Amino acid sequence: MEFKRPGILPGFWPSFSYTVLYLSLIVLIPLSAVFLKAASAGWSKIWDTISSPRVVAAYKVSFGASFAAALASVFIGFVIAWALERYEFPGRSIVDALVDIPFALPTAVAGISLTSLYAPNGWLGRYLEPLGIKVAFTPLGISIALVFIGLPFVVRSVQPVLEDADHEIEEAASSLGASRWQVFRLVLFPAFRPALLTGFALAFARGLGEYGSVVFISGNLPMKTEIAPLLIIAKLEQYDYAGAAAIAVAMLVASFLMLLIINVVQGRSRRFLETKLS
Amino acid sequence: MSNISRRRILRNEPPLLRWGVITLACALTFLFIVLPLAAVFIQAFDKGWAVWQAAVTEENARSAIYLSLIVTGIAVPLNLAFGLAAAWTIARFQFKGRNVLLTLIDIPFGVSPVVSGLIFVLVFGAQGWLGPWLSDHDIQIIFAVPGIVLATVFVTFPFVARELIPLMQSQGADEEEAAIVLGATAWQMFRRVTLPNIKWGLLYGVVLCTARALGEFGAVSVVSGHIRGATNTIPLHVEILYNEYNYTAAFAVASLLSVVAVVTLGLKKILEWKTREANS
Repeated sequence: MEFKRPGILPGFWPSFSYTVLYLSLIVLIPLSAVFLKAASAGWSKIWDTISSPRVVAAYKVSFGASFAAALASVFIGFVIAWALERYEFPGRSIVDALVDIPFALPTAVAGISLTSLYAPNGWLGRYLEPLGIKVAFTPLGISIALVFIGLPFVVRSVQPVLEDADHEIEEAASSLGASRWQVFRLVLFPAFRPALLTGFALAFARGLGEYGSVVFISGNLPMKTEIAPLLIIAKLEQYDYAGAAAIAVAMLVASFLMLLIINVVQGRSRRFLETKLS
Repeated sequence: MSNISRRRILRNEPPLLRWGVITLACALTFLFIVLPLAAVFIQAFDKGWAVWQAAVTEENARSAIYLSLIVTGIAVPLNLAFGLAAAWTIARFQFKGRNVLLTLIDIPFGVSPVVSGLIFVLVFGAQGWLGPWLSDHDIQIIFAVPGIVLATVFVTFPFVARELIPLMQSQGADEEEAAIVLGATAWQMFRRVTLPNIKWGLLYGVVLCTARALGEFGAVSVVSGHIRGATNTIPLHVEILYNEYNYTAAFAVASLLSVVAVVTLGLKKILEWKTREANS
């Protein structure tokens, strides 16, 4: 490796070496253990583990609930971000601060609180139960927990774009005779579509790995409401380290692939916008 | 201030639509965010102050609080030192692989908490890489305090670095270079120039790191072994109480963590404001 060191500031080598050493010890070496452990068990063992019916069912629950929750977060988060950025109203800055609560509240606390709200005798559950809507201990409950976790990602992704939106284009469109709905659909929406996608991707990726807020409300019924991270713990409790590592590798690869796809989609929509505008 | 005036110009939607959207946004925020937080406090004080106090001062709760404070007290300074070194390296020098380093620092944010715990079981657990050697030497890491510390350090790893790197990049190196040219030693430059410039961002990173270290559940749950009075942190104690149907006590202990969360948000607002003020 070749290092360029312009300037006269001291301390490059000590801080660089310390950064790399600490990063390797805490993150890179332990993380490589998952891949090595899975690989040492052999491909057939990995495949047997990740294709067993209970594990496949857990993947489906995790993906389905995370996808639904990320989609719901996009709609809910968009309404909140829109109101926060475009309108002035009493309590605006309080609502803005409250959006960060899910980032700060420990996941286990969120988990027991949401469960108590949506349980059949809970404050919300007791009104939903007579309507035939069961939330706690169903996939819907998992999604509700993941909406709580995912919402701030969407709001915080969309907010800066709404703030920077070019109001002259909007005004030009309406003075040229576009209806309010046309302005929204043809002028505003394309501008913040990438931000909505980013928020969706962040919420989805976070939802796939989420544990604390979900385990309480999901009820953990095998084949029905068991999520993938919980199966890792189940494997560990049976001292099946290789099995746990195999599920973990599948999860890591899935979230990596998803972020890659989102990046490609985003790049394409950015290029689309640029060619359209030029 | 330009924000407010811009918003005023933008209030061109019909009032009915505008207030409809505002009402909907507030209702959604209340339903999905405020209600779960409020439910913690309401259920914590359900049976009165005395029951709350008994739940948070009971022996197992006290030892969980003590362990959480110790773990946080170790993890935060370690990640603080790393954050400073990483920010100095990345924000002040150009070198090959700089972007790779920046990406690698973010890894712990992208890994499921359960996987974050699992990796340390695979390294230090009974059947892990170092398991046989550790048991020969009678050292226990997994299902003991060192494992909890390691998992906590892992999940809180990027916080300080992530706050400092963009801040130091936007500030530039001019003042530090001036100090060196004028004959300051490296330590003098750090203490008199760098530190005063980054102090609010640094503090904010430490606040976020502390809040997450106190509240981490998934990763710690995997490595702790759940031994009451020995390897239970506050969130794990909440889980045990809840699973024993001791709901009031569970919410009482959870209310401590919720207070930490609310204080964190308050400090965030103050520190954001201070950073803006210092940089303007």
